[in-house]
Amino acid sequence: MRVDCLIVGAGPAGSVMAEQMASKGFTTMVVEKKQEIGIFKRCAEGVTKHGIEKLGIKINESSIAGRIRGAMLYSPSGKTVVMEGKEMEGFVLERKIFEKWLASKAIESGAEYMVKAQAMGMQKKNQAWEVKVRSLEGMKEIEAKLVIGADGVESKVGRWAGINTVNKLTDYHSCFQYEMAGVNIDKNYIHIFFGNDVAPCGYAWIFPKEFSANVGLGILEKKAKMKAFDYVRKFIEEHENIFRNAQPIEANAGGVPVAHFTEMTADGVMLVGDAAQLVNPIHGGGITRAIHSSLIASEVAENAMNEGDLSKERLKEYEMKWEEEYGEKTKKLMKLRNFLEKLEDKDFELLADILQGEDIFQLTQAKLSFFIKKVMTKPSLLGLVKKYLMD
Amino acid sequence: MVKVNEKCMLCAGCVGICPVDAITLYETGIYIDEKCIGCGACIRFCPVGALEE
Repeated sequence: MRVDCLIVGAGPAGSVMAEQMASKGFTTMVVEKKQEIGIFKRCAEGVTKHGIEKLGIKINESSIAGRIRGAMLYSPSGKTVVMEGKEMEGFVLERKIFEKWLASKAIESGAEYMVKAQAMGMQKKNQAWEVKVRSLEGMKEIEAKLVIGADGVESKVGRWAGINTVNKLTDYHSCFQYEMAGVNIDKNYIHIFFGNDVAPCGYAWIFPKEFSANVGLGILEKKAKMKAFDYVRKFIEEHENIFRNAQPIEANAGGVPVAHFTEMTADGVMLVGDAAQLVNPIHGGGITRAIHSSLIASEVAENAMNEGDLSKERLKEYEMKWEEEYGEKTKKLMKLRNFLEKLEDKDFELLADILQGEDIFQLTQAKLSFFIKKVMTKPSLLGLVKKYLMD
Repeated sequence: MVKVNEKCMLCAGCVGICPVDAITLYETGIYIDEKCIGCGACIRFCPVGALEE
């Protein structure tokens, strides 16, 4: 079997890539190793309305499991800061529906799909890649001019193509989450909890859905005293008022890359989404960036295909465009991340006193200079600010 | 060599951190092959403690 474009992985990045390539007229095939698209989620399912709609995606109603007005942030002692406003509005998705919906759009555009079909390896063959796929119909060899690695944090496509996709322990959040029914919390907001005993180097979250909520957290191993799972258990025990009547209906785990990308292309290969570690390093959100990466990658791929040049040199334009769009912002957010990882609980309390919701929104947009001015007045933070936030 | 126990959530986080590509996720479970050098990165990462020496 021969196609122009073979996409490994049918998550948001894979299916958006498939829709784009198929609608540009290229023969496109998607292979998904799981028997069902959309399970098992490794995700708290939140997206901002602004972020997703900016990419031209109008999410279908049935993919939306919760509508969010903003975020409530909690310091270790329970002080709250509320973030609200147009740009904070968002959705908590139902990933199993959302991903199938994205796949359906790709299929409408002409993409072919295979489920329970796992890519097992690939090798160069006549200016193309031959990918071995183990499927319900047996072993298949699919020849593709372009292979897209949309295969998540565990990307094999990248490794097979010689791209270093290994995540480092220091830049890779270890996450555990229960989806729970019976959670007693304001459903208009997502809820974010900070503290070194809550989630070292990360945060705990409650993302409400129609009749349930995603309750989880991410930590970095370097400061953790126990496993992410144990921190979730502790979090639930310590918030009796929220979880008195709550019971799990699903358990999830996963790794979240929180670094700056390194390499996303090889000859005839492009990586999109989590496979290229394209996650916001501050909040760990990856859906919007994954979709955006596929939109950019597909533009470059279209031109490269038409020119008949799929060399790494040609495809690198995708990395350059990504860098233009996100490079500066991600670098600043990485600085902020390093700063936040050094904070002690008393520092979080101080920040809860001096920062408004709007300030925190600006911070998530990588606007650092006003923040530096504000915290410079606090002697206890001066050292950290100088070390991590100033050039 | 690292072994996987019954707590495994199939999240594949360990696959993404293995420096020698010794771990693969199949629908039926995680498989650790002979490339494993026992560095322990996956053990330290695993959110539930499903990996052990």
